[in-house]
Amino acid sequence: MSRFIFLTFNGLSFGAVYAALALALVLIWRTTRVLNFAQGAMAVATAYVALSVSDWTGSYWIGFGAALAAGFVLGAVVERVAFRGADRMPPLNTIVIGVGLLILIEAVMGMLYGSANRGFPAAYSTRAYSVGSTALFSKQDVFTVGSVLVLMLVIAVLLTRTPQGLRMRAAAFAPEVARLLGVRVGRLLTLGWALSGLVGALAAMLVIPTGLGLFPQAMDGVFILGFTGAVVGGLESPVGAVVGGVLTGLALSYASGYIGSDITPLAALVLLVVVLLLRPTGLFSGSQVRRV
Amino acid sequence: MTGTHRRRTRVVAAVTAIALVGLMACGSTKTKSGGNAAGDTSAPGVTKDSILVGTTQPLTGPAAPGYSKISAAMTAYFKYANEQGGVNGRKVTLKVLDDGYNPANTATKTRQLVLQDKVFALLGSLGTPTHTAVLDFIKTNKVPDLFVASGSRSWNQPAKYPTTFGWQPDYTVEGKILGDYVKKTFAGKKVCSFGQGDDFGTDGVQGVEAVLGSTALASKQTYTPTNTNVGPQVAALKSAGCQVVVSFTVPGFTALELGTAAKLGFHPQFVVSNVGSDIVTLTGFLKEATVPLLEGMVSDSYLPIPTDASNSWIKLFQTVNQKYNNNVPFDGNVLYGMSVAYTFLQAVKAAGKTLNRGSLTAAVEKGGFTGPGLTPFRFSASDHSGFAGTQVAVIKGGVATPTGSIFTTDDSNGPLTVYSGSAATAPANGLP
Amino acid sequence: MALLRSTLVRHLVLLALGALALVLLTGSLSTFHNYELAGLGAYVCTAAGLTVLTGLNGQISLGHAALMAIGGYTVALLQIRFSDRAITGLWVLPLSLLAGAAVTGVAAAVVGVAAARLRGPYLAGVTLALGVALPALTSRFTSVFKGDQGLSVPFDPPPASLGANFAVERWQAWISLGAALIVLFFLANLNRSAIGRHFRAVRDDEVAAQLSGLSVPRVQILAFTVSGVAAGLGGGVFAVSLQTASPGSFDLTLSLALLSAVVIGGLGSLAGAVWGSIIVVYLGIVLRGFVDDLGLSAASAQKLHDNLPNAAFGLLLVLVMLILPGGIQGLLRRLAGVAPVDRLRRGRPEPFAAAIAQHSSSPPPSGGQQ
Repeated sequence: MSRFIFLTFNGLSFGAVYAALALALVLIWRTTRVLNFAQGAMAVATAYVALSVSDWTGSYWIGFGAALAAGFVLGAVVERVAFRGADRMPPLNTIVIGVGLLILIEAVMGMLYGSANRGFPAAYSTRAYSVGSTALFSKQDVFTVGSVLVLMLVIAVLLTRTPQGLRMRAAAFAPEVARLLGVRVGRLLTLGWALSGLVGALAAMLVIPTGLGLFPQAMDGVFILGFTGAVVGGLESPVGAVVGGVLTGLALSYASGYIGSDITPLAALVLLVVVLLLRPTGLFSGSQVRRV
Repeated sequence: MTGTHRRRTRVVAAVTAIALVGLMACGSTKTKSGGNAAGDTSAPGVTKDSILVGTTQPLTGPAAPGYSKISAAMTAYFKYANEQGGVNGRKVTLKVLDDGYNPANTATKTRQLVLQDKVFALLGSLGTPTHTAVLDFIKTNKVPDLFVASGSRSWNQPAKYPTTFGWQPDYTVEGKILGDYVKKTFAGKKVCSFGQGDDFGTDGVQGVEAVLGSTALASKQTYTPTNTNVGPQVAALKSAGCQVVVSFTVPGFTALELGTAAKLGFHPQFVVSNVGSDIVTLTGFLKEATVPLLEGMVSDSYLPIPTDASNSWIKLFQTVNQKYNNNVPFDGNVLYGMSVAYTFLQAVKAAGKTLNRGSLTAAVEKGGFTGPGLTPFRFSASDHSGFAGTQVAVIKGGVATPTGSIFTTDDSNGPLTVYSGSAATAPANGLP
Repeated sequence: MALLRSTLVRHLVLLALGALALVLLTGSLSTFHNYELAGLGAYVCTAAGLTVLTGLNGQISLGHAALMAIGGYTVALLQIRFSDRAITGLWVLPLSLLAGAAVTGVAAAVVGVAAARLRGPYLAGVTLALGVALPALTSRFTSVFKGDQGLSVPFDPPPASLGANFAVERWQAWISLGAALIVLFFLANLNRSAIGRHFRAVRDDEVAAQLSGLSVPRVQILAFTVSGVAAGLGGGVFAVSLQTASPGSFDLTLSLALLSAVVIGGLGSLAGAVWGSIIVVYLGIVLRGFVDDLGLSAASAQKLHDNLPNAAFGLLLVLVMLILPGGIQGLLRRLAGVAPVDRLRRGRPEPFAAAIAQHSSSPPPSGGQQ
C-alpha cells in the first residue's frame, strides 16, 4: 500500500508537468488547428533564456519571469513567421513545419550554448515530506501542481468567460464569419500562440529540474508525453489537458514501479489505446466526430 | 489535368530523380570495387609523413552532452603530437564524423570513413549499440578497429572480429573489483544494485554477483536512459532496506539517483562504477549540492584521477588541453580522449616504420604498452579487451582518493590479482 | 502505342526502365555511394507505402519506423536461423524479405483495426506512441532481440556470376532499390485499380463511400495493411543494408523523416515519395559537406560546426513547406502547366483537413456562451 501511495504521488508530480505541456498544445490546437511539434524545443529555448538571465542578475525569479516573457514573444514570432496562414495549409504541412522548427531550434541552441547538460535549479526544495517511511511530496511538487492548476483555470476562464476568449474561439472555428463581424482574426491567433509559448515556458521551468538538466533535447521526451496527455484529454479543453497529463504521469509511474522502467512507453500507448477506443476523441472533447 | 499530362509529369519526375542522384554522387572517384586482396600489408590512408584515422562520435543529439568532448580531446592531443613531429615521422589526422548515437547513422558514417575517406584505421568509435552495428562491415573490410569507446565485452572476440579491440576495462571487470571492495568493507550489509537496462548494467551486475554470489543482491533495479523518472526504482531500493547500492549508471543518471535518494531521505552507501562517477561531470548536474551528495561515495578508476594535478599524465594532458583544446573544463572525458590518442600513438610507434594494417594490429596484439592507465592492457592474440583492472577510490570533500591495491582480473570467474607494478610516468616530451 | 495505353503494360515498361537505370547507376557510382543508394531504397519503399496510407486514404501515421522495425527484426531472425544452419541460395534472402513484409502486413492490419476508429490528431497520437513503444520492447525481451545492441543480419555474398569484384555495397543497393521498384510497381497498379479508387473515395467522403456500399473500416484496414507490407519490406532491406536490426535505427526521428519525405515530395504521389526520400536522405549529406568546406573545425567553432547542418536542414524544411505547400510534385505540376491548387483543393481535400473540417463544423465544445 505504501508503495502504491508513493507511486501515486510520484505520478502526480510528473503528470503535472506533462499537463503543462499538454495545456500549451491544446491552446494552439484550439486556436489554429496545428499540432505544434516544436513546442518542446521552443520551451527549451526559453529555459536557456532563464539560465542566462539568472546568471546575469543572480536571481532565480527574474530568470523565471524572463523565460515566461520569452515564451510569450517566441510563441508570437513563430506564429507570425512560420504558421501565418496555417488555416489555409494542408495540416500535414504544419506538422512538417513543426518538425523543421524543432530541428532548427535545437541546433541553434547547440550553437549558442553547446551540447553540455547544465544543472538547472528548481524553484523550491525538492526534499519530500514523508508520512512514516513513505515519501509523499516536496515543496517543489506543490508549486508544480499548484501553478499548473492555476494556469489551467486562468486559461479556461479566459477562453470561455471573457469577450476576448470568445473572439479567439470564433476566430478559430469560423474565421470568415469572425472577420465579417469585425474580429481581428490574425491578431487573436497570434495571441493564442503567444499564450501557448508562455505555458510551454512554464512547463520547461518545472520539468527541466526533474530530468538531466538543460540541454537542447531536454524536452523531447516530455513533448511526447505531453502530446499523449493532450490527446487522452481530447485536445479541446484545458481541463482535459490537465487530466490527460496527470493520467499519463500516473500510468507511467505505476508501470515503472510495478513492471519496470523500460515498459513506460508501452504504458503510454496502452493508456492512449484504451481511452481512445472508449472515446475516439479523448476524454473531454465536447463534440463527437460525425460517425459513419 | 488529363491522364497524359499527369503521366508526362510522372515520367519527367522519374527521369530527373535518377539524374539528380547521379549528380549528387558526381565528383566522386570511381573506386575499384571488391575487397582489398592485399590484406595485411595494405595501408590506405598512410603516406610517408601522415596517417589518416577516423572515428564516429555523438556530436549532436541526446548523447552528445559529455561524450562530444572525447573526440575534441583526441584531436587536440594529435595536434600536440604533430607539432612535435609526430610518430616515426608521421603526423596523425583524425576525421571525426557525427552519428548522433544512432546505429543507422553509424553504419553510414563508418562506411564513409572506410570506403570514401579511405582511413587507415578506426579509433575510439563511441557506443555499444552504435558500434555493434558496424562490426561485420569492419571485419569484411579488415579495418583495424582500435580502442572502441565502451566497456562492452563485444569488442573482445578475436576469433569472430579479428581487427576489433577494446580499451577501457570491461564492465564485468569493474563489477568484480567493486564487488570485492563491498564484500571486504561492508560485510554483513544488505547490498543492492541499480543499473542501466542494457549490457552496461547487465555486465556490471554480473561482475558484482561473480564475487558476492548470484543471490547476494537483495534488490536489482534498472533504469532506461529515456525515462528520467527514477523515483519508483529508488523507492524500491529504499523499501527493500538496501544499505549498499552498487550503481552502473551514466553521469546524468548517477545525479538523478543521488538527487532522488536525497529527496526521499534514503542514504545508503553508494558505490558507482567509473563511467558514472566523474566528479567534474557530476558537478555540472548537481551544482552546489555536489560535495554533500557525493560525500563517502565509492568508485573505481583505471586512469589517474582527473583532478590530481600532481600526476605526471594529468599535468601533461592539462597542458595540452590549455594549448590545443580551448581550455575546456578538464574532466574524465577529456582525460579519456587524450589517453586513447596516446595509446594509439604507442601502437603506431610499435608498428614501426613500415606501417600497414597488419603491422598495426600485430603491434596491438603484442601489447606491452604502459601509459596513463594504472594497469597494463590484456592485449594478446587471443584477448582483445583493454585495461586489465582498476583501483577503488573514495570521494571525500568533493575529491576522489585512490584506496587499497590496484586489482586485475578477467571478465569471467577468474580471481582478483593484486597488481604490484609501478605506474608509468609521462615521458618528458609527452610522446610515446 | 495502343499497348502503352494499358496501365499494366506501361508500368511494366517503367519497371524495366527503372531496373536498367538501377544497373547503370550502381555500376557508375563508387562503393560508398552505392551504400547510400541502399539506404535510399529503404526510404523509398516505406515512404511509398506511407503516401498511399496518408495521401490516398487519409490516415496519418507518425510511427512508420516501428512497422519497419517489425520487418527488419523478422528478416534478422530468419537470416540468423538460415545462417546457423548453413542454408544458402539466391532464394534465401527474398524469402526472408517476403516473410518480413507479410508479418508486418499482419501487424499493420492489427494497428489498422484500432486506427479505423480514430481520426486526425487522435490517430497521430496513437501512431506516435506506437513508434516510441515498439522499439522499446526489444529491451524487455533481450533473449530474443538482444536489447539495445540488436541482431546482426547475415546474408550471402553477391552471386559469383556477377564477378569477383562485385562489391557487397552494390549488391545491397540492388536489393534495396529492387525492392523499391517492386513496391512502386505494385502500388502504382493498386492506385489505378478499384482498390485505389476505394481508398480515395473513403478519404474524400466517408459518408458517400459508405452509402455507395463500401465498408469504410475495411478499406481503412486494407490501406494500413498495404502500407505495412511496404514498410515491412523497407525495414527488411534497411536491416540488410545496415547489416543489423537494432532499436536505435528505427526511432522516432526516422518516422518523422519519412513523414517529411512524403509531404515534401507531394502528398499522395508515388513520384513525390521518391523525391522526398531523395531530399531527406541526401540533403543532410550535402549540407554536412558544405559546412566541412567552410573550415570551421577549429575548437572555437566546434559548436557551430557540429550543429550548422542540422540548423540548415530544419530551416529548409520550414522554407520548403512555406514556399511549396504542394511539395515537389506540386511544383512540377505547376511547371507542367496544370493549375494545381484549385484542382487539388476541389478534387483532393487533404485527409487531415477533412477530419478537421468535421471538427470545425460541429459546435464549439465545452462551455459555449453564444
